Amino acid sequence: MSTIQPNIEQPVSEEMQLVRRAKRGDDTAFEELVRRYDRNVFRIAQHITQNREDAEDVVQEAFLKAYGNLAKFQEQSKFYTWLVRIAVNEALMKLRRRKPERTVSLDEEVKTEDDSLPREVADWSPNPEQMYNQAELRDILTRTIQGLPAGFRTVFVLRDVEGLSTEETADALELSIPAVKSRLLRARLQLRERLNRFFQKKASGDGDQ
Amino acid sequence: MKCSEFLNELTNYLDGVLDARTKTELDDHLAWCHNCYVVCDTTRKTIEIYRDSELYELPDDLRTRLRSAIMSKCSEHKKSNPPSS
Repeated sequence: MSTIQPNIEQPVSEEMQLVRRAKRGDDTAFEELVRRYDRNVFRIAQHITQNREDAEDVVQEAFLKAYGNLAKFQEQSKFYTWLVRIAVNEALMKLRRRKPERTVSLDEEVKTEDDSLPREVADWSPNPEQMYNQAELRDILTRTIQGLPAGFRTVFVLRDVEGLSTEETADALELSIPAVKSRLLRARLQLRERLNRFFQKKASGDGDQ
Repeated sequence: MKCSEFLNELTNYLDGVLDARTKTELDDHLAWCHNCYVVCDTTRKTIEIYRDSELYELPDDLRTRLRSAIMSKCSEHKKSNPPSS
C-alpha cells in the first residue's frame, strides 16, 4: 500500500475568515480587524516612535496599507503578525525622519552599554507597585524603556509586552530567531539594570513599612 | 556552571524553553548563587511590570476617531481602485 500524506484540512481561524471576507470586499470584516488590533498597533507604534502624533499616523497608515495589500497577503502567517510587520516598518520610517542623525535599523548589531554581569544585586523589596503610585511608576517605566536603542525596544515590546512568540517576532521583524533571542536578552537585562536604580535605591532609603 | 553561562541562558530559562537537563543545571546554579537568583527574579519582575503596566493605552475617543478615519480612507481607496474581476 502506498503511503499518502493525509490531506488534513486546516481549520480556518476566525481571524482568517475575517481576512477572507475582507479580501472579497466586505469592509465590515476589515473594520472588525481594525477593532481587534488597533490598540496593539498604537502601543507598538508609540513605543517605537516615542511620539503620540506619529503613533496615530502609524495606526492609520498601517491599516490602510494592509487594506490596500490584502490581496497580496498569502495567509502563511497570522494576519496580526503581517500587520505588525507593516506597522513596525511605518514606525521606524517615522523615527528615522525625526532622528535622521542616528541610523535606525533593526538589522545592524546594536552595541550595548554593558554586557558584563550585573553588579548591584539587591532584590526589589517591597514590590515596585508598593513603592510608587501608579503615575510615578508609569513615568519611570516610560522613561526607562525610551532609553533603550530602537532595535532592543522593538523586540522587547513585541515579545514581552504584546506577547508574540519568538518565531512571530522574528517573522514580523524579518530577523533570525537567534537575533531576536540575543536582542531580547540584552533588552531585558538593560531594562532590569536601569529599573534597579529606582527600585533598589528607594527600598534602601525607606526603611521598614 | 559559571554566572556568565547562566546569564546567556536566562531568556530561555525565563521563557521555559530549555530541555530538562539544562534546566536542572540552571536550577542547581540558582540554588547556591544568590546574585544570579536576584538577577533572574528581578528580570522576571521587569517583564511582568511592563506586561501589566498598560503604557500607551488608546483612549476611547481617539480610538473611535482613528477607526472612522481609517474606514473612510479605505472607502476612498476602494473607489479609486475598483476590483478588477
